[in-house]
Amino acid sequence: MDALLHNFFNLDIYGQVLPYLLQGLWATVWLSLLVIPAGLVAGLGVALLSTQARSRGVRIAVAVYVDFFRAFPPLVLLIFIYYGAPFIGIDLPKLAAVMIGFVLNNASYYGEVFRAGIDSIPKGQMEAASSTGMTRWQALRYIVIPQATRNVMPDLVGNSIEVVKLTTLASVVALPELLRVSRDAQALLYNPSPIVLAAMLYLVLLWPLVRLVAVLERRSRVAR
Amino acid sequence: MDAIDRLVFTFFNADVAARYWQDIVRGMGVTALLGLAVVAAGLALGLALAVLRSMAPRGVRIAIEIFADVMRALPPLVIIIVLFFAFPSIGISMSSFTATWLALTLILAAYAEESIWAGLNALPSGQREAARSTGMSTWQALRHVALPQALRMAVPPLTNRAISITKSTALGSVVALNEILNNAQSATSHAGNPTPLTLGALAYLVIFIPVVFVARLMESRQRWMK
Repeated sequence: MDALLHNFFNLDIYGQVLPYLLQGLWATVWLSLLVIPAGLVAGLGVALLSTQARSRGVRIAVAVYVDFFRAFPPLVLLIFIYYGAPFIGIDLPKLAAVMIGFVLNNASYYGEVFRAGIDSIPKGQMEAASSTGMTRWQALRYIVIPQATRNVMPDLVGNSIEVVKLTTLASVVALPELLRVSRDAQALLYNPSPIVLAAMLYLVLLWPLVRLVAVLERRSRVAR
Repeated sequence: MDAIDRLVFTFFNADVAARYWQDIVRGMGVTALLGLAVVAAGLALGLALAVLRSMAPRGVRIAIEIFADVMRALPPLVIIIVLFFAFPSIGISMSSFTATWLALTLILAAYAEESIWAGLNALPSGQREAARSTGMSTWQALRHVALPQALRMAVPPLTNRAISITKSTALGSVVALNEILNNAQSATSHAGNPTPLTLGALAYLVIFIPVVFVARLMESRQRWMK
């Protein structure tokens, strides 16, 4: 019991490292606020290409892209970008490597979610919109995309939780987000309490979102 | 040397590949074994928890709900690192394989439990009442009437989840598990050339592209059946 209190829930150490961990938490939040919107935009683009492109070649290329990143672990992608770039003479800042990896990976996941949403809108709506004189783009912009987004809202939020969890991968390339900061503190103090505290901070950040997804899912099931 | 040659020399270097490909193949064995072990144990545990939650007293139900929430809220890498780096200091040491396996199994179990339980919950209660009125026991009604339908509903969300969690076996590299990524990284630093990373990337595609392909087939069949 003493060992547990000393090594996991050491209040002295908590007090000592909390300011640093809160800085790490901010970095995690900022990183998420950078990569989630970028992923959403890129994902919507992927979904529009895969559902609206007239050329078969483009649609196939998008399908290959999506499946490639469904099969490719994001950590491998990040390491490949970060450690591979210097070999061809590109000195990539950590944040840039993380951003590129995340956008490539997330575009595929958000793309699948948006595609399911666009597929859920009956064709007749698009036809009705164009019969009122709307262009294809207007019909997508004002009729299809808003409804599609609402239909897949639980999946969009769910995927965004996954993205926040994925920001921990940035610790592997020494970007000072929450996990990285806590591991550095652990190594410095020879005590794992900082990691346990970091885990609790992740819970505080993400548990409400997990609950939100549950509520959204229940609501969309009831609405159907 | 022009740009193309330099690119080939850097990322597709045949000499380096010849020296290190065996490391990557050994890593593939570990990745595949770990992935299969995670899927088998995670789905089994998730099913057991969902069944337990539908029958157990309130306290147990709440405990399962909290377990599922925590496992879905915590980043997998954080769980692996806590198991591997923090647990030894309270006298629980485990290998990097066990730590990665346990973390991913618990996470998959949480998602599987939620999906199967949602399936059970979505069935009209009349079904189980009808089954009970034919003389089936509670357990029989669950086993033969409710569960088969709930499992069918849980398959599409679970295939995606199982794929993304097995891909997370790459996180084992952070605790020096000798899977593909870890072997590829150490070979890269030995060789001073990133060709092993290219090989590692290909190895992941060799393992996971077929899995994604099968998942797609299952998805389109499911859509067609509706």
